[in-house]
Amino acid sequence: MRDFVKGILFASPWLLGFLIWTIYPILASFYYSFTRFDAMRPARFIGLANYADMILNDKVLRVVVGNTVFFVAIGVPAGLVMAFLLAALLNNEIKFRPFFRTVFFLPSIVPAIAAAEVWRWVYNPRYGLINASLKSLGMASIPWLSSPVLAKPSLIIIHMWAQGTAMVIFLAALQDVPRALYDAALVDGANGWQRFWHVTIPMCTPSILFVMLTGLIGMFQYFTLGWLLTQGAPNNATEFYSMYLYRNAFRFFKMGYASALAWFLFLIIVTFTIVIFRSSARWVYYGGEAG
Amino acid sequence: MDRVAAEARLVREQQRAEVIQQGHLMLAYWSGRIGLYVAVVFLGLVFALPLIWMVSTSVKTDPQVYHVPPIWIPNPIRPVNYLEVLTRRPFGLWFLNTMQYCVPTTVGALVSSALVAYSFSRIRWWMRDALFFLCISTMMVPFQVRMIPLYIIFRNLGWVNSYKALVIPAFFGNAYFIFLLRQFFSTIPIELSDAARVDGCSEMGILLRVILPLAKPALAVVALLQFMWAWNDYLGPLIYLNRETLFPLALGLQSMRSSFVEALVWPYMMAGSTMIIAPIIITFFLTQRTFIEGITLTGIKG
Repeated sequence: MRDFVKGILFASPWLLGFLIWTIYPILASFYYSFTRFDAMRPARFIGLANYADMILNDKVLRVVVGNTVFFVAIGVPAGLVMAFLLAALLNNEIKFRPFFRTVFFLPSIVPAIAAAEVWRWVYNPRYGLINASLKSLGMASIPWLSSPVLAKPSLIIIHMWAQGTAMVIFLAALQDVPRALYDAALVDGANGWQRFWHVTIPMCTPSILFVMLTGLIGMFQYFTLGWLLTQGAPNNATEFYSMYLYRNAFRFFKMGYASALAWFLFLIIVTFTIVIFRSSARWVYYGGEAG
Repeated sequence: MDRVAAEARLVREQQRAEVIQQGHLMLAYWSGRIGLYVAVVFLGLVFALPLIWMVSTSVKTDPQVYHVPPIWIPNPIRPVNYLEVLTRRPFGLWFLNTMQYCVPTTVGALVSSALVAYSFSRIRWWMRDALFFLCISTMMVPFQVRMIPLYIIFRNLGWVNSYKALVIPAFFGNAYFIFLLRQFFSTIPIELSDAARVDGCSEMGILLRVILPLAKPALAVVALLQFMWAWNDYLGPLIYLNRETLFPLALGLQSMRSSFVEALVWPYMMAGSTMIIAPIIITFFLTQRTFIEGITLTGIKG
């Protein structure tokens, strides 16, 4: 019993914080989602009207959800492949390896605001790095951020540029693959690509699952770069869920509606997480770990 | 005689075949190595280009900025751009503001996460594991769900337009860091705690005198990650800080863009961006190994 008191005491910062900053807001936002609430007058209960509006009346929301799903479906795998590719390259003995590791890692710790300014300049239609070079070669410039078709891929490129943390996780995983497996594969006559596909990747599946899940959860909440670079333009092509939610809450002051949007996002994330976690039993191999 | 000659010829042919096979292996090996270097150097260049472009633009004069093809090494250079940005915009104020919440949140995260991690790892108590699981699962709740009620709470408390909204919650533990430290603390042998207890040490004493000194690498990781995360935070300050005098670097840099209608807009923005990135890069170089350890500590165990 004394241990219980000690345990609770030491954990009290988190316990209190959990109640105040997590449980209460979660319950409150659930309540708000059934109200009309502009943060100035008290909330007015309106039942399921917000949720009905979301499904039936909000035409923009459909575009927003489409944008976000596209972004997650393309962006998460793209980032994963890039991170793994970089880690696989760096897993060899090459000169100046720490230098290259730094170069690949740095973009992931650059503050978003600075990254936004830099890439705004890189993508500039007239004098940006890419288009100015294209023009000097006599080619037409590419409307990276102003074309509804190219805007999302342009943002995905930036995302792939900033995969440093995932790369480091994969690097550690790659170094944990037992050499003996590679030797056995060689004896069986496997070439480089076969060794990569049948030994390297399967042995790294636990970290791949981790990066995929955290990437998914993060990508559904994508906000800062979209907000800073495009503000949802052109034609709402880059209006993502989190941005639309923020707009509804702090620009339109439709906090009840925004709360309903938030809960829908929560539902989507939990669903995807469960689905991927369930499927993971089939493709993740927990050989060396205690599971 | 014929047989000897035939055998000698066979041996010579075998030797030739071996040499050719060696040659093929060498070719495969070296072309693999060259391909590797080409890929790494090419990708390294591509990844570094945006940041190099940023620094290069930051010291350009106005006509150089709009030159086609793009200029990489401006000549002449205009480093006074940096000075002009620093004097024409309250960069110093923004820097101080950023420190005003980065430092306290780091302290808060360290203290609270260590305390809670100790409870979850070094004390056995009823419901401990269930609550720990609850703690980790909160990482899955999107911030957006808590965002609006949190704003209302802070507004009612009068914490909006002050750093309290950003700093005080940091003193209540952070699931990510609690997880990290708990994993680390559990690797410390129980005998050390027991020995200290036998010597009459209180729990707090054990934490302070036995556990924390041994956990320095993990604590360094927490401090680094929290400081970095606070430095780069944009959404938090965006929601809670409306007064310009409170702007940290992130919001300040953004405000710079709309307020510069004069020439040299791009060099100024690049200079500002460089100045925001520089402390992070310097910190990274000084603490590289700790950084990487920190990410792998969380990545693999997760």
